[in-house]
Amino acid sequence: MIKVIIIDDEPLARLIVREYLEAYPEFELLQECADGFEGLKAIQHRQPDLVFLDIQMPKISGFEMLELLENPPPVIFTTAFDEYAIKAFESNAVDYLLKPFSRERFEKAVQKWRDRGHVSQARMQTQALLESAALAPSQQHRVVVKISGKIKIIPVNDIWWLEASDDYVKINTAEGVFLKNKTMNHFENLLDPSQFVRTHRSYMVNIQQITRIDPYEKEGYLLLLKSGARIPVSKTGYAKLKGVLGI
Amino acid sequence: MEKQAVIKRQLVWTAILWWVIISVIYSLLLNETLKGFHLTVPEIVADNLVSNLLLAGCCILIVHNMRFYLPRQEKYVYVLFISLGLAAVSVFTGRLVLWLLFRTDVHYTGSLSQTMGIRFAISCLLIACMSILSLLWYTQQEQKSAADRRKDAEQLTREAELFKLRQQLQPHFLFNSLNSISALIGSKPEEARKMIHQLSDFLRGTLKKEDQQWVHLCDELDYLSLYLDIEKVRFGHRLQTSITSPETAGQMKLPAMLLQPIVENAIKFGLYDTVEDITIAIGAAIEENFLTITVSNPFDPQTASPQTGTGFGLSSVRRRLYLLFSRNDLLQTSTDGHIFITTVKIPQT
Repeated sequence: MIKVIIIDDEPLARLIVREYLEAYPEFELLQECADGFEGLKAIQHRQPDLVFLDIQMPKISGFEMLELLENPPPVIFTTAFDEYAIKAFESNAVDYLLKPFSRERFEKAVQKWRDRGHVSQARMQTQALLESAALAPSQQHRVVVKISGKIKIIPVNDIWWLEASDDYVKINTAEGVFLKNKTMNHFENLLDPSQFVRTHRSYMVNIQQITRIDPYEKEGYLLLLKSGARIPVSKTGYAKLKGVLGI
Repeated sequence: MEKQAVIKRQLVWTAILWWVIISVIYSLLLNETLKGFHLTVPEIVADNLVSNLLLAGCCILIVHNMRFYLPRQEKYVYVLFISLGLAAVSVFTGRLVLWLLFRTDVHYTGSLSQTMGIRFAISCLLIACMSILSLLWYTQQEQKSAADRRKDAEQLTREAELFKLRQQLQPHFLFNSLNSISALIGSKPEEARKMIHQLSDFLRGTLKKEDQQWVHLCDELDYLSLYLDIEKVRFGHRLQTSITSPETAGQMKLPAMLLQPIVENAIKFGLYDTVEDITIAIGAAIEENFLTITVSNPFDPQTASPQTGTGFGLSSVRRRLYLLFSRNDLLQTSTDGHIFITTVKIPQT
């Protein structure tokens, strides 16, 4: 049996996928989920072979949900018109269904899933998709992280500074430090360059948090943040900072 | 256009009357000052006609020229030179014609020579007056038409902008609704049909309201409930709505499609910022000279970033209110615990 999960916040949207699935006796519908939180739990516990996933959902989007999974399963997106998402799909998704979709189109997507190469390849595709989807404007004002099994949504304005740490990036906020399995370059692409400046190879700062800039050693500087933290600034970082602050 | 023609006719008649008056004064002057020369009546009449016709010709010439060629500011002094030249030409031509007519009359030719100076002065004065008048007139006309053009252009851009702002119907809404219909067709065809009718009525309303700027509140609320009903089919039990409006407010007026983006924003905000069931409440009230409408939705203060609160939907409403009333304070947002409230005030004239 092929295990399937449907994640969509609209009951009727789930209904039509379920209806189309009935034509496939080898598919077993494990669960229907109404949001990303339920979806995340269901995927972790039941390890589906295929997920039908909506993008615009309460609290966290389909993309953000996938980001939180260590091993995202193969996904067929079901979504209404979204120009940006389509761009992301073109090269990367297993397939995507634009609502409303016909039975023929649905069958084609399932066929595509059957024909896909190795599972690992599909995973890589999903990863690449997430990278490009993260640049969608709707996702640029918050960061979703997982902390001891719970999901935390951090508004970008609440971020004080970012620090590289091995394979992770430490996100420093008033509520503490959160880890995200991403690179500094990822955040540099994601965050608004007029608000966050990469002052150093391993540091990125929210300029609203800066209270003072002091010279430090030769050609270097040190930032003092409102929280009292001190952030190193490299020579090139200082040039960038000067540009953004207009000094 | 008709008004323009009337003005033109009146101008022509005024000019003719003016010319007659000047001619009469001219004749009297001639008769009075040149008593010593014993001029005959035909001489006076001929002199008057020739001189004044020439003068009128010059004036018409200069007005006509001005109509097609308006000198720029730095070239106004040329107008004076042209007036002087034209005056000289008219006086000398007049003298030549009169001399040819009455060359045998020594008294008259003598008077002609003696009055050249004064004739030139009068011609100069009148022609210069005329050219300056027409200069002013045409400059003013030109400025007026430029101002009209600018006003038209502004009006056009304003209308285009308003049209665009009204057209910000979410494609998401349309496609998701169609998807719901597609799902209903299999299991509940009657409901599918009902939803098609609701969606059609809603879309027809969107198209119809383009030309009529102001609508009654009761009509707008009916229209909104159509929209809310469609959303309720989409989201099922998660979405509840309540609309409260006092009887008297129903007949008050507001710009068409103004509330739609606010409600759309509330739904999006409410449905996508929480996972629980939500209630969208719309309330209307009359306060002094304002119709006040509040739209409230639940939200999560923990994760709602400031940008979400003033998303595109609301900024377009604010812009539209500004274009209509030149005021920036008619749209306000506030929060009360987990409830986000949008208040819009519409001045009643």
